[in-house]
Amino acid sequence: MSRDRRRRIMNRAMEVLATVAALVAVAVLAIVVLSVARRGAGAVSWDFFTKPQALFGQPGGGIANALVGTALLVLLATAIALPVGVLTAIYLTEFAPRRLAVPIQVMIDVLAGLPTIVIGIFVYALLVVGHTQSGYAGAFALAVIMLPLIARATQEVLLLVPATLREASLALGVRRWRTVVGVILPTSVGGILTGTVLAVARAAGETAPLLFTSSIFANTVQTDVTKALPNIPVLIFTYSEQPDPALHQQAWAAALVLMAFVLLASLFAKALLARSRRKLAR
Amino acid sequence: MTESFTIAPVIDVAQERHEARADEREVVFDIHDLTVSYGPLTAISGVDLQIYRNVITAIIGPSGCGKSTFIRCLNRMNDLVPGTRIEGQILYQGSDLYASGVDPVDVRRRIGMVFQRANPFPKSIYDNVAWGPRVLGMRKDLDDRVEKALRSAALWDEVKDRLKKNALSLSGGQQQRLCIARAIAVEPEVLLLDEPASALDPIATSAIEDLMHRLKREYTLVIVTHNMQQAARVADLTAFFSLEVDEERRSGVLVEYDATSKIFTNPSDKRTEDYVTGRFG
Repeated sequence: MSRDRRRRIMNRAMEVLATVAALVAVAVLAIVVLSVARRGAGAVSWDFFTKPQALFGQPGGGIANALVGTALLVLLATAIALPVGVLTAIYLTEFAPRRLAVPIQVMIDVLAGLPTIVIGIFVYALLVVGHTQSGYAGAFALAVIMLPLIARATQEVLLLVPATLREASLALGVRRWRTVVGVILPTSVGGILTGTVLAVARAAGETAPLLFTSSIFANTVQTDVTKALPNIPVLIFTYSEQPDPALHQQAWAAALVLMAFVLLASLFAKALLARSRRKLAR
Repeated sequence: MTESFTIAPVIDVAQERHEARADEREVVFDIHDLTVSYGPLTAISGVDLQIYRNVITAIIGPSGCGKSTFIRCLNRMNDLVPGTRIEGQILYQGSDLYASGVDPVDVRRRIGMVFQRANPFPKSIYDNVAWGPRVLGMRKDLDDRVEKALRSAALWDEVKDRLKKNALSLSGGQQQRLCIARAIAVEPEVLLLDEPASALDPIATSAIEDLMHRLKREYTLVIVTHNMQQAARVADLTAFFSLEVDEERRSGVLVEYDATSKIFTNPSDKRTEDYVTGRFG
C-alpha cells in the first residue's frame, strides 16, 4: 500500500471517528431529554405548576412553592452576583495594572472551578451553623457560583469593545469611570445580559449548596428569605429518595421543567448575544 | 529656558495668510528636547518645536518616524500606553504639561483629538456630539451647542433631519466630520488631528481640508499626515520628521521645521528634499 493511500485512509478514518464522537454527544443530550420527558410528562399539568407540594402520604400536589422558592433564590443570587461580577470585570479590563490583573484573573478562574459542594459547606459553616437554614444563605451560595461566570462573560464582551471608542471618550477629557458608564457598558450590555442568563440557568439547577443551606421541607409557598425556601433541585432530590412512585414521577416532571428552563434560557442568551454582536459590527 | 537648539520657523508675512502675522504668533506649545520611548524602544528623540496659535501645523514624515507618538504627547494620550517614558519638556501656554500636579484628564479636556479611523460612539448622531458636553457639565443650551458644533464641522445640513439616527449609519467621511464636531463641542483650545483623512476618499478628504481652513480661525490645529500634498494644501507650517538609525538604535527625529512653502520648494536639509521630492518614504 502506498504511503499516500495510507494517509488518505487515516484521514478518512479520523474524520469518521470525530463525526461519531460529535453524534454521541448530541445523542446523550437527546436520550436525557427524551427519558426525562417520557417519565415526567405524565405528571405535568396545570395543578402541577399552581399547587404546592402535598403533605407526606397524601396524593396530588404540585411544585408551586418550589418554583417560587427557586425563583426567589436565583433572583437574590443574581442581585448579589451581577453587580459584583460586572464591577470585577470592569476592574480587570479598565483599571487594573497588569501585575494585579493576572493573579486576580487566575483566582476567578479557580473560583469558577470550585466544586459546588465545597461552596455549600463553606456557606453552611459561615451562615447556617449557629443560625438556621435560610433563603439568603442559599442565595449567597448560588451567588458564589454565578460570580465568576458573570465576571468572565462580562470581561469577554468588554474586551470586544474597540479601543478606539475608549480613546474617543478619554480624548474628550472624560474620566475613565464616566467612559465606562457612558460608552463601554452601553455597548456591551447585551453580552453582559447573555452571561447573566447563562449563569442564572446554571444556578437554577445547583443542588449541593442548597442541601446545606435551604433544604428544610415545607409544603406551603414561602417568600421569607430568612427561612429555608423550598426549591426545585432539592425537591427533585428528596422526591427521588421516596418510596412512592407518584413522587418519583413528580421528581421527573420537576426535572423536565428545570431542563426546559435551562434550554430556553440558553437559546434566549444566544439570541441576545447575536443581537449585541450585530450592534457592535461596523 | 534651555539652551537646546530650536529650529525657528521663518514665516514670510507677505506670503502667509493674515492669521499667521508675526505679531500674532503666540506660542501655544513650546517643546524642548522631547524624547519618548516605549520600553526599550525609542520612538522619538531630542525634538525641539514650537507650535503657534491659530496656525495649522503639519507633521509629515515616513512611517515609523514617530509622528503619531509626537502628537499623542501633546494631550497626554500616551499616558494610556503602559511602559511609555517621556523625557524633556512640553510647555503648554507656559506651564509644564507633564508636571506632577497636572491631571491628564484636564489636559485632554482642553486639547482635543481626532483619530485616524473615525470612531463615533454607537449612539445617535445627536448623542455623539452631546455626550461630551453633557458629561462635562455643559448642559446649558445643549441643542444649540450640538447644532453649532455640527455646523462648524460642515455636517449640519447633511444630518439635521436625522439627528436621532445611529452615527454608524453615516458614511466614512461624515463619521470623521462627526468626530470633529464631537471634539469641538466641548470647546477645546487646540485640536490635534492624527491622520484624519487617511481612510477617506478624495472628496471626503477635501471636505475635511476645507473644514480645517475654517477651524483655524478659532483653534490651533496640529495635523499628522503621511500625505505630502495634504500638508502642502492645508498647513501654514510643516515639520518634517525622519527616522535616524545610529548604532542599532532607531528613533524619530525632527529634521526641519519651517513655513510649508519653504519645506516643499526650498528645504534646507538634504533629507527633507529627498523626502518631498519622493526619493524615499
